[in-house]
Amino acid sequence: MEAFTQITLNHYLALSGILFMIGMIGVMMRRNIIVIYMSLELMLNAANLALVSFSRFSAVPKLDGHIMVFLIITVAAAEVAVGLALIVALYRLKQTTNTGDLTSLKF
Amino acid sequence: MNWVVLLAPLISAVLITLVLHPMKKLSVLVSILACAVSFLASLCLFYNNGAMHLSSIDWLDLPGLKVQIGGMADHLACLMLLVVSGVGLCIHIFAYGYMKEDPGLSRFFAKLSLFMFSMLGIVLANNLVMMFIFWELVGLSSYLLIGFWFQRPSAAEAAKKAFIVNRLGDFGFLLGILGVWLAWGTVDFKELSQQVASGHLPALLANNPFAVTLIGIGLFMGCVGKSAQFPLHVWLPDAMEGPTPVSALIHAATMVAAGVYMLCRVFFILELSHQVLQVIASLGALTAIFAALIATQQNDIKRILAYSTLSQLGYMVMAVGLGATQAAMFHLSTHAFFKALLFLGAGSVIHSLHHEQDIWKMGGLWKKMPVTAWTFLIGTLALTGCPLLSGFFSKDAILLAAFQHNKLVFSVGIITAGLTAYYMFRLFAVAFLGKPRSHAVDHAHESPLVMTAPLTILAALSVFGALFGQEEYLGLEHANHGGGWIVMGLSVCMFVLGISGGLLLYLKSREEPIHISLFANKFYSDELYEAIFVNGQQLLARLLDWVDRWIVGGFLVRGSAVLSTITGEVLRLLQGGNLSAYVMVFIVGVVFLCYWVLVYLKPLF
Repeated sequence: MEAFTQITLNHYLALSGILFMIGMIGVMMRRNIIVIYMSLELMLNAANLALVSFSRFSAVPKLDGHIMVFLIITVAAAEVAVGLALIVALYRLKQTTNTGDLTSLKF
Repeated sequence: MNWVVLLAPLISAVLITLVLHPMKKLSVLVSILACAVSFLASLCLFYNNGAMHLSSIDWLDLPGLKVQIGGMADHLACLMLLVVSGVGLCIHIFAYGYMKEDPGLSRFFAKLSLFMFSMLGIVLANNLVMMFIFWELVGLSSYLLIGFWFQRPSAAEAAKKAFIVNRLGDFGFLLGILGVWLAWGTVDFKELSQQVASGHLPALLANNPFAVTLIGIGLFMGCVGKSAQFPLHVWLPDAMEGPTPVSALIHAATMVAAGVYMLCRVFFILELSHQVLQVIASLGALTAIFAALIATQQNDIKRILAYSTLSQLGYMVMAVGLGATQAAMFHLSTHAFFKALLFLGAGSVIHSLHHEQDIWKMGGLWKKMPVTAWTFLIGTLALTGCPLLSGFFSKDAILLAAFQHNKLVFSVGIITAGLTAYYMFRLFAVAFLGKPRSHAVDHAHESPLVMTAPLTILAALSVFGALFGQEEYLGLEHANHGGGWIVMGLSVCMFVLGISGGLLLYLKSREEPIHISLFANKFYSDELYEAIFVNGQQLLARLLDWVDRWIVGGFLVRGSAVLSTITGEVLRLLQGGNLSAYVMVFIVGVVFLCYWVLVYLKPLF
């Protein structure tokens, strides 16, 4: 029972992996571009979780992972601002958010 | 001060080209005056017996190579200067009469002056590099003058041929010069002769016995090109497309003799290798008889003289090969007089017959043009070696050297002497004696004084040319020992035989009694060269064209373009524009990358 009460690094990493896979499958499967976007954020957060866990569970606790996570959150915020603006512009142009209809990105 | 001899023609050439071009008479005057000044300066140098100092400047000063622009007025150079400027002066004056009506008169004289400058430069040069520079300059002026009537395709072709064939020889000459510099570390004649005279060979030559032969052959190749010896002789007959004074000056008296002069200059190097001398002697003898045989069947008056020039140059080269450089220079000088005379005589005939050059359309000119005929006869006698004329002594000197050194070469030489007498009297009998063979002759008249005066002067030189300075000046010990009388007797025999043959066969005949197509077609040498070199070159060019067109252009250049196009077309199918598909490919790629890193690169961490 000990193993279930004690939460170890492996549990965090497993959660992180599951979140990442959910995000990845979302990016692959979903057709709505906003949902794809949300899935992308999920993948980023899965990575964040892994980083923080490593930082917390290292033999000598350090703040490296935390700093990295803050950096990623900042970059992700900026990315969201740009990305959403792009999506709005795309919607104005094409009147759709369905990736099946947005196939002009080819040679 | 003493550079006047060289600078006068240069100034004249520049002045005429830049300023005096529109004023024809003045241009001619300036050119002739420049030549006269050169002649007087040469006389000065000659009578000071090479004692006059010629200042020099360093033209190129590199570690290990020092090239001067400087003069060397020794006996050899002074004699040559005198011959070149003296004969040149006669020809300049004659050329005015000959070219009077030509619209390009100024251009012609500018080029003549340029030629005089270059030729005198060769003679004065005190080192091989300077000589080579002027060597190329005479090649250029020869090209310009052969192609003087460039409107005629044949003249333009002949000019190109002369230039290209000469380049072949010059290439060898350049290699020879480089070899000399490599071996001795200097190109200065004086330093070279001192080093050679000191007796010990430089390391390069001592270690490679064949090197000195190669150097000698290289230097000789320059002579083969310029003096039109056997394999490269083809340009000289074609060079007759130029105006006749040019043929007289460049292609008979001076430039073609430059090769022989150069050989005499570097004789102390040639002398180091026995093989080189043998090659020179045999090639000279071969050219002598080869050209003489061709001359017996030619019909163009200038071409007969051209082949005769080839033959006589062969004599001179042969003499150098036998070690008789004095005899070679002696023959060079006398030949310059009488061959210039013969060419100018031919020019006088051609002028009065309105550019008719076929001897079978002449005949009976003796009565119409007495001065030309007389002087031409004197020139012919001098060339054929009539006793007591200049050609007799000089040819005898060469034959004597041959007799003493090499009996085979001697027999070739003596046969050539007979052939010379034969074809020259064939020419004389057909062109000047007998009855007129065409109507052109009826209107012929003697040329004006401006043309006959140079003929007379040259005729006098042809007769008495041998008198000035053969023995004491050239250091030529004459006849009387070592078979001198035998040689003299034999050569007189051949002379008589040749003359009687020529006169008997041709005096009465109205058309060519003998047909030997081999000789008439110049041993098919032009056709042979056409077949081997021209076609070979064309074949090579076509092959290279094919390689360029199909291998380089088709396969490599176009092939790579086609390859990338096809690759692009195939890859394009993968790019449907569907975002999910891109993501899928991207993720699969990342997974593979991770797998590869973890599995294959893990041992590296």
